[in-house]
Amino acid sequence: MTTLLAQPDAITFDRRVDTAALRGIAVRCVGVTKTYGSGQSAVMALRGIDLEVKTGELLMLVGPSGCGKTTLISIIAGILDYDQGECAVLGQDPKRMSARELTRLRGANVGFVFQAYNLIPTLNAAENSAIPLLLNGVPRAKAVKRAREMLGRVGLADRWKSLPAQLSGGQQQRVAITRALVHEPRLIVCDEPTAALDHETGGRVMELLRAVALDEGRALVIVTHDPRIFGFADRIAKMDDGRITSINEGRHEDRSTARGAGGTSDGLTGLLSK
Amino acid sequence: MSFVALRMLIGDRLKYLALVAGLAFAGLLVTQQSSIFTGYASRMGVWIRETAENDLWVMDPQVQYSDDIKPITDTMLYRVRGVEGVRWAAPMYKGFLPARLPDGTITTVRVVGLDDATLTGGPARMVEGALADLRQDRAMIVHVRQAADGLRLKSGMPGEGPRPLRVGDEVSINDNSLRVTGVFDASDEFFWDPVVYTTYSRALSIAPRTRKLSTFVLVKTAEGADVKDVARRIEASTGMRAMTPGQFDRLTMWFLLTRTGILVNFGITVALGVVIGVLASAQTFFSFIVENTRHFATIKAMGGSDWTITRMILLQVLVVGGVGYGIGLGLAAVTGQFFAGGGLAFRMPWQIPVLGAVSVLGCCMFAGMISAFRVFRLQPAAVFKA
Repeated sequence: MTTLLAQPDAITFDRRVDTAALRGIAVRCVGVTKTYGSGQSAVMALRGIDLEVKTGELLMLVGPSGCGKTTLISIIAGILDYDQGECAVLGQDPKRMSARELTRLRGANVGFVFQAYNLIPTLNAAENSAIPLLLNGVPRAKAVKRAREMLGRVGLADRWKSLPAQLSGGQQQRVAITRALVHEPRLIVCDEPTAALDHETGGRVMELLRAVALDEGRALVIVTHDPRIFGFADRIAKMDDGRITSINEGRHEDRSTARGAGGTSDGLTGLLSK
Repeated sequence: MSFVALRMLIGDRLKYLALVAGLAFAGLLVTQQSSIFTGYASRMGVWIRETAENDLWVMDPQVQYSDDIKPITDTMLYRVRGVEGVRWAAPMYKGFLPARLPDGTITTVRVVGLDDATLTGGPARMVEGALADLRQDRAMIVHVRQAADGLRLKSGMPGEGPRPLRVGDEVSINDNSLRVTGVFDASDEFFWDPVVYTTYSRALSIAPRTRKLSTFVLVKTAEGADVKDVARRIEASTGMRAMTPGQFDRLTMWFLLTRTGILVNFGITVALGVVIGVLASAQTFFSFIVENTRHFATIKAMGGSDWTITRMILLQVLVVGGVGYGIGLGLAAVTGQFFAGGGLAFRMPWQIPVLGAVSVLGCCMFAGMISAFRVFRLQPAAVFKA
């Protein structure tokens, strides 16, 4: 299958992950708890989370504000410690890793998409997108070249020189998605990726993320409040008060159809350039 | 990530220029004030340094600086000459005397009387005439810049406008008429009263009569003799103080620095310059890092280590600090050269740029590291907070 991420001249670096050993499970959390603060001011954000995220799936975390979605996604992404339980991220337990090892694991295998995009305003689209490659030691010229290719695949080929301020919200989010994908991570975490976008643009961004999720061995976890995008999920985990109250199959009915339509780079480019 | 760090720094031109301007100001203040202070300090002992023929200065033990006139007896010369290790010794008179210029202006001059036979201790550079012209009747020589400044004739002679004192002019010193026979050049001194040279005997003849007439005895030690040993012997046998030019220079400088308030005043100025300039820059740089905390946190979440962040911040400090300080240093050098003609004491030995760079860049690095610790302490999960 020709995927969005397949490259003829692949950039390789040490990912420290044995993909085969994952056996279809990108993230496995068992009884995970997290408390902020201590004493009387302690707030228990997670009260025993059991969750599996499979490779090749798009899982959405939904729930009211303060229910622990962001805490859980932070733990899944390896950027926040948990207190109790077990959480294997790409087969490795962050608690048993040094800060340096965890940073390397994250840098090589996790992609981030933020609600506010978090693009560096003084870097152009290609340079912003190239950051994960630079962090993995890829030379600047090669990293920017790859980022430009990726921007072309999300319909921003002619905007690679633009600064974030010169791009619309949807374009900025596409740059952010390119940044999350450019180093071909195994796990992509997104925090409210459509919150700042109108319905039509949000739909396009979700189509893009959906297409990425179809790539074998990759997993997407999306935190959202936006019911308009629930239809893109394979599964939806509802959270409340630090617990997962239910996990339902998403309404994304025919993954094979989507795989044909949006899973290829050409299809995706066509989709985004509408 | 170097280019990301640089683009973060330079990308916002206005903030970058504000940072550079702050550091340029700091660099200017630190190096300029230090250079002016060094300029004044180096002028303090210039007369001693440029009287370079002797190995030792012999003087009253209570003398505290080069213009502190504490007369000694004429006979001290012969006692010094009798000390083992002394090759030759020459008398020198120095005193402050009133002078009336040809246009009637009355001023105070420092009269230096040189040994009649050898003219030892005279200025090394003659602009007009010769040092030996001092042996002419009623001869004196004047400093080229002081002739056009402190000794300048305001109204000139009849039919003339204002003009510098020049060869041929008659000056009445302590009611004794002397004639300018030459013009010398020497480095500018800390003291402002004009210096005129004449012979020792003539200086004594025009000076007020006192029991003690001489001021210094200049000593050249015998070949192979240890200067410090000779100095000790002179002190032991005469009761006078014998100092090398270096010791006398330092004594003069230390006295003037500590007793005139220059050290405190300049110290405060330099310290304020450092504090204001560097703190302003450090604060600006701190704000820059704080404003970029979100971006650093994003980089950290995406796999940037604390060491990566540290290198980025250090690079930003070095670039903005180097550019800003370099501009400040350049401005200090240019203004120093520009105003040097107007009498500004400005001297910038290599230690000043080096120490200035260390202080300015060091403070910026300190500010940068304090800012970096904020980023280190930051949980990368903060990136998910809107």
